Amino acid sequence: MWSFSNIADTLHTWLHNTFNATLAKFVEMVLVGVCVISLFAVLGLVLVMMERKVSAWMQIRLGPNRVGPKGMMQSMADTLKLLVKESMTPDGADKFLFNLAPYIAMMVAMLLMAPIAFARNFMMWNLNIGVLYVSAISSVSVISILMAGWASNNKYSLLGAMRSGAQIVSYELSAGLAILSIVVLTGTLNMNEIVLSQADGWWIFKGHIPVIISFIIFIIAVTAETNRAPFDLAEAESELTAGFHTEYSGMKFALFFLAEYVNVFIVCAIGATLFLGGWMPFHIGHWDGFNRIMDLIPSSLWFFGKTFFLIFLIMWFRWTFPRLRIDQLLNLEWKYLLPIGMFNLLLVTAMAILGWYF
Amino acid sequence: MVEELGSNTEGDLIINVGPQHPATHGVLHLVITLNGETIKKVEPHLGYIHRSIEKMCESLTYRQFIYVTSRMDYLSSHINNHACALIVEKGMQIEVPPRAQVIRVLMDELTRIASHELWWGAMAMDLGAFTPFFHAFREREAINEIMEETCGARLTMNYMVPGGVLEDLHPDFQRKVKEFITLYKRKIAEYDDMVTGNIIFQNRMKGVGVISAADAISYGCSGPTLRGCGVSCDIRKIYPYELYDKIEFDEVLETAGDSFARYMVRIREMNQSIRIIEQLIDNIPEGDVQAKTKAVLKLPKGEFYQRVETARGEFGIFIVSEGGTNPYRIKFRSPGFSNLSALDHMARGSKIGDLVAMMGTLDLVIPDIDR
Repeated sequence: MWSFSNIADTLHTWLHNTFNATLAKFVEMVLVGVCVISLFAVLGLVLVMMERKVSAWMQIRLGPNRVGPKGMMQSMADTLKLLVKESMTPDGADKFLFNLAPYIAMMVAMLLMAPIAFARNFMMWNLNIGVLYVSAISSVSVISILMAGWASNNKYSLLGAMRSGAQIVSYELSAGLAILSIVVLTGTLNMNEIVLSQADGWWIFKGHIPVIISFIIFIIAVTAETNRAPFDLAEAESELTAGFHTEYSGMKFALFFLAEYVNVFIVCAIGATLFLGGWMPFHIGHWDGFNRIMDLIPSSLWFFGKTFFLIFLIMWFRWTFPRLRIDQLLNLEWKYLLPIGMFNLLLVTAMAILGWYF
Repeated sequence: MVEELGSNTEGDLIINVGPQHPATHGVLHLVITLNGETIKKVEPHLGYIHRSIEKMCESLTYRQFIYVTSRMDYLSSHINNHACALIVEKGMQIEVPPRAQVIRVLMDELTRIASHELWWGAMAMDLGAFTPFFHAFREREAINEIMEETCGARLTMNYMVPGGVLEDLHPDFQRKVKEFITLYKRKIAEYDDMVTGNIIFQNRMKGVGVISAADAISYGCSGPTLRGCGVSCDIRKIYPYELYDKIEFDEVLETAGDSFARYMVRIREMNQSIRIIEQLIDNIPEGDVQAKTKAVLKLPKGEFYQRVETARGEFGIFIVSEGGTNPYRIKFRSPGFSNLSALDHMARGSKIGDLVAMMGTLDLVIPDIDR
């Protein structure tokens, strides 16, 4: 059957038969790099478009509908505009750090794509510590924000960066605990194996209420980690104009913008992998006919469908909720989410030891 | 000493919020002294949109100066015009025909709703919720359409003139207003679902920007800002003008004095305005819409003061007349200016995010503060 893993295997065999081992490896690496960059760009375009359409639907307006069919080319036009715009570096800014920050943000987003299982047996890097890798790398993104805020030599940027630092560092804990509960249940850190462990049902169905709590905590924590509303304090536009990227323009701004959207995609992909079964189709017990029909849907579609559902959830939050205040934000994490998360992890552990799950 | 005055000490962060800032809704310039995220001092700097309207009014005749007042608090231009018309009528003892009186009150209350709608959307946007803004504008648009048909304008109406109103109502007026009332009653529940009942919103508003009744009075606050502290100050009740003493409506009072109280006052005021409109819309008497006045208006020698209740509070006009065709001296008392002066008092010790929420609930319109 046609699938991503078949294509990848065919390509791999062909490359190794045609070229010598080193060259084949090199070509494969270049191909993967190109794939990551193009996925990055496509995701940026699609997600920006999706956000604009979703917000338009929620705000009783039409959204972009002039450029191309149904306004689908609007993001392209915007990208083009950003590309030709002058990228300014303000006077008094730390030029090196100022220009480096957006690239770090983008690099982090790209690195995070590596261990994600996009389809059945299709991932860039079958990493045995995938989940740990994701939590480790994602915390680097705070460095880019702090760097941007500090180097801009702008007080708004600095305040935004300080807020962001406090926020990401705190919410990482909750996200980590939520991820850990699935790791406890599966006993593996490998993304692909986590997906495989859900062959007879997704964790959100198998794991009773504790896993549902983990899922909710995870969604809240990653919304905060990606600086999305209602936790968008780092760029709170009505308070800090644009927060840490106030001084950025042109493509450097676009890189931050893209990195934000790709980060949203990645955290949703991880959420889908851990809780909603990744590329695993939806099965109901012994309904063989139904299950067979579900199997016919390609695994990549399952993965992207679940991911985009979660992305829609996060966009829904953004366009419905007001923003929290910085102290309320930290209270929510340290006084509520973290204790609940810890207790929940104990519950999940007990559940895993006693085998009280389907 | 410096500490006591809240002046800058070393290590404080001084930020200029505005004149170009998304939360100031105009060209207000606040100089904030911060300690981390905590506000130590807020210092408003005015003058960016000063057009010397008072001086302009002094060189215009009593028919002409009304048009300038539409440009002050542009969200309640009807009510400003109303005050101007009233002061001239009071000075010259002009009887306004009953039809014109009813039309004026209807327009005032529609303006109040439109103004509060815009405030509601803008305030939610200050708090980071974007969607309510569009929902508020949907309802405001219905009012603007009604205004457009009758007055020919959507923002600077210039509809009320000494002696009555400029033109008769559009034939569709009653039908459209009734349609709006049905629409509004359906949508106000949506507002509560979307914003008022939201837990994040309530946490952001309750206990924030608290001002005591005594302080609010000493700063000269008026309108919803003062009524949020539980002080009865509705000019429509205390110094009734036009028909307000004959209409049934309640003065909305809240006691907490915080941002949420001010918010609730405005939301409940919209319902009271709807109540007033419902009473009047079917009872518009027939007749003239403008009293017969002389071609040249001359106020007798003396001093005149007229106050009205705009959407933001007490708006007053003080005229010193020498008996000529234009005022010798004119002074406007705008509600926004006094309400803004209380901002520093409210904001000290709170966070930047709260400052934005407070400015939202004060409902500042900058051209009104800075004339």
